[in-house]
Amino acid sequence: MGKVIVGHISEFPERSGRVFRMGSLELALFKLSDGTVKAIENRCPHKHGKLSEGIVCDHHVYCPLHDWKIDLHDGIVQAPDQGCVNAYRVEVDGDGEVILFLEDGLEAKVS
Amino acid sequence: MKKKLVMIGNGMAGVSFVEQLLKLNPSGYEISIIGAEPHPNYNRIMLSSVLAGDASMNDIILNDWHWYRDNGIRLLAGQEAVAVDTAQRSVTTSAGERLQYDDLVFATGSLPFMLPLPGADKAGVIAFRDIKDCETMIETAKRYRKAVVIGGGLLGLEAARGLINLNMEVSVVHIHGYLMEKQLDETASRMLQAELERQGMKFLLAKQSDAILGEERVTGIAFKDGTREDADLIVMAVGIRPNVLLAKSSGVEVNRGIVVNDFMQTNVANIHAVGECAEHRGMVYGLVAPLYEQGAVLAKRLAGAESGGYHGSVLSTKLKVSGVNVFSAGRFAEQPGTKSLRVQDDLDGVYKKVVFENGKVVGAVLFGDTSDSSKLFSAIRSGKDYTGSEREVLFGPAGSGGGGKGGASTADLVTAMSGDEIVCGCNGVTKDDLAHAITEKGCASVADLKACTKASGGCGGCKPLVEAILTATLGADQVAQAKEGICGCTTLSRDEVVDAIRKMRLTTTKEVMHVLDWHHPEGCSKCRPALNYYLGMAFPEEHEDEQESRFVNERNHANIQKDGTYSVVPRIYGGVTTPEDLMKIATVAEKYRVPLVKFTGGQRIDLLGVKKEDLPGMWKDLDMPSGYAYGKSLRTVKTCVGNTFCRFGTQDAIKMGVDLEKKFERLNTPHKVKLAVSGCPRNCAEATIKDLGVVAIDGGWEIYVAGNGGTRVRAADLLTKVKTEEEVLGWTGAYLQYYRETANYLERTSEWSLRVGLDAIKRALEKQEDRDALNARIDKTLELTKDPWKEIIESDSLRSAFETLTSPAGS
Repeated sequence: MGKVIVGHISEFPERSGRVFRMGSLELALFKLSDGTVKAIENRCPHKHGKLSEGIVCDHHVYCPLHDWKIDLHDGIVQAPDQGCVNAYRVEVDGDGEVILFLEDGLEAKVS
Repeated sequence: MKKKLVMIGNGMAGVSFVEQLLKLNPSGYEISIIGAEPHPNYNRIMLSSVLAGDASMNDIILNDWHWYRDNGIRLLAGQEAVAVDTAQRSVTTSAGERLQYDDLVFATGSLPFMLPLPGADKAGVIAFRDIKDCETMIETAKRYRKAVVIGGGLLGLEAARGLINLNMEVSVVHIHGYLMEKQLDETASRMLQAELERQGMKFLLAKQSDAILGEERVTGIAFKDGTREDADLIVMAVGIRPNVLLAKSSGVEVNRGIVVNDFMQTNVANIHAVGECAEHRGMVYGLVAPLYEQGAVLAKRLAGAESGGYHGSVLSTKLKVSGVNVFSAGRFAEQPGTKSLRVQDDLDGVYKKVVFENGKVVGAVLFGDTSDSSKLFSAIRSGKDYTGSEREVLFGPAGSGGGGKGGASTADLVTAMSGDEIVCGCNGVTKDDLAHAITEKGCASVADLKACTKASGGCGGCKPLVEAILTATLGADQVAQAKEGICGCTTLSRDEVVDAIRKMRLTTTKEVMHVLDWHHPEGCSKCRPALNYYLGMAFPEEHEDEQESRFVNERNHANIQKDGTYSVVPRIYGGVTTPEDLMKIATVAEKYRVPLVKFTGGQRIDLLGVKKEDLPGMWKDLDMPSGYAYGKSLRTVKTCVGNTFCRFGTQDAIKMGVDLEKKFERLNTPHKVKLAVSGCPRNCAEATIKDLGVVAIDGGWEIYVAGNGGTRVRAADLLTKVKTEEEVLGWTGAYLQYYRETANYLERTSEWSLRVGLDAIKRALEKQEDRDALNARIDKTLELTKDPWKEIIESDSLRSAFETLTSPAGS
């Protein structure tokens, strides 16, 4: 386990979320306006809102339930709220395949 | 080596103490919390809101499981501490675990006091104290009708109100001659009683309970005077007593509560107590603010920080019952040596009493209008001498015209507050926290302070005080200069932004942000939807709607629910449907296993609990247009039967409603818009609490505007009377377009009309040529709308956004 191809970059509309599910793992993936793709756990630490449905500004997503703001680089909740979600590494290869790296995240998930 | 802290109790006071300790000294302790309830920490005060249906169980969780995990706290939920060995410094739990401690905190709270009546052990006799009681009430209400609440105090009345919301018949039994006698004087209490009777509560005052009747389950209650009352449920809310059993058996000194000094220490070394279980200077507190103050002192103590200790609290009370404003604080009963100032207005149902002793405010009672509460509470705590100017406390300084608010200068009150006094009770924010945010972090507005500290982010009751602290710290000129824009990304107002859009012909949010120098490159969740709306309103043809700037409901064309599922509401024009459509809806509901089908407040059918990935399929199978129950848009046009069937109907209300809905459906508006048409002045469609309501009269129609049935109920104002159907459509179009062009995004018509003034609206719509111009613009916009459900069904790329990505086989 480690790398997973989750789809082609053309399937990711800019600044909108896509949901990726594998077993009990559910991630929210976003293509930012600079073309990079970010992946975080699809569950706000507050009331478990689906972050995939949030409004994306720059490299932040706002939870659709109560407007918590989360940094997509590291999953850290922005002040005045506190907390974090797991963030996962994503790369887009030369052919435009979107590759998700799961090891780190899965270990964190198990603990 | 970390020290071991064990806390017995997982309630509000204890966990608030732990939060403060973590802030002061995050790594000093290895913390374990033993909690008897199987839940993480929740807001017990909000239980009455859960009962009243204003909040769900989930909403009242204060610290969820993640919080404990993230802070390295071991929570032993569902276990009770059964023994403390003070010599060995260990605690044993009901599950047989032994925990060693260096410091032990009792935060065991209190237990409901159950009257020792014969029959009190029957099924259906409960207290109102925890989530389980709350669940029992909700369950009971599904099967039984009649509840009796014993106790006419705060808790009893909140329980009674909740049971009424659950559609039970409720009688409140009180031993005293009037309600809430500990918090109110008789005058205020009678006014409260009248209001609650109006809400459907029955009262049995000056009644002493004798026995609870029934076999297995309760069937009624008998009183000492020989009378009886039927009951399927009895809720005892007669008081609480500190939970001290374990402390007592451990050799800790206990009086009424666990006796503590000013630093929350008991007589046993390394054992402390906070909250409802503690007794400080002879007082046991049952309200949240003092408990938080105690927690703050103990946190400082254990973190090794300086603190002046806890010196007791002045109590204040508010009743959390909708439609009732009650406040009391301090010593409000008149005694020898006190003088009181009273205002009683039976017409408006307002009563105010301020009690003075030697010129100082020592207590107050407010009923009906509690806007003076924070001012009076501060006056009590400050101990300021008002000799000679007592009247100013209620009526403001002489010469200000009298009758106004004002009163004691708020600046004085703020100065008199101590730094560790809690300003925002919902989020535990102190005056010092606010001062720090203002001076160190540069907060210059209430909005800044809310963003930075969360103060005033809960119920909002402390907002005036937050404002006063801001002004006192910064000086009035500085606050005035801190101009608030439409969001934190700009200092520009709505009008300035819309002017710029029109003048410079900006057509994308990106352009707006760039040209107007937004602080954040891609804006925020506040300004993006607003800009998208303003651009579409100004340039319906040029502006391309930006899906990524729309809130989830409008992007997915369904309402998101708290668990991430959606609700689907098909369009049913004027509330009129057919057997074929009903069958279609029923078939779809069955096919997709919709867990809940209900009628909306606007006469439409709501299919709730739908998974996102099922949405396009359901829309396709329904083959009906989208009902827009999710958008800032025209929602529904509610109708009555009108002259089609009704013997009173003067006009065809159904046709009028259908025509209005067909004409204006899919229209984007600053906020949701609801319409209604009634066929006669009996107004069965409740058209006078709608954004626009039409009421048929003999020979014509009345058009009402800016009504609201939401959080702030407002009766609509009469805009005009017209004769023909065409005129109704013409005035409605002009009115809606004028609202679209001049309101702030997310401003309902009721607020908008108060802000711009009904006269201004009437003037703007007065002339036929102005109405025609407005209608021409709205028609242009309407021409461009498309049904989003159909659009998504027909487009593969749009539909794919609803699908979940999964890992390909074999990867």
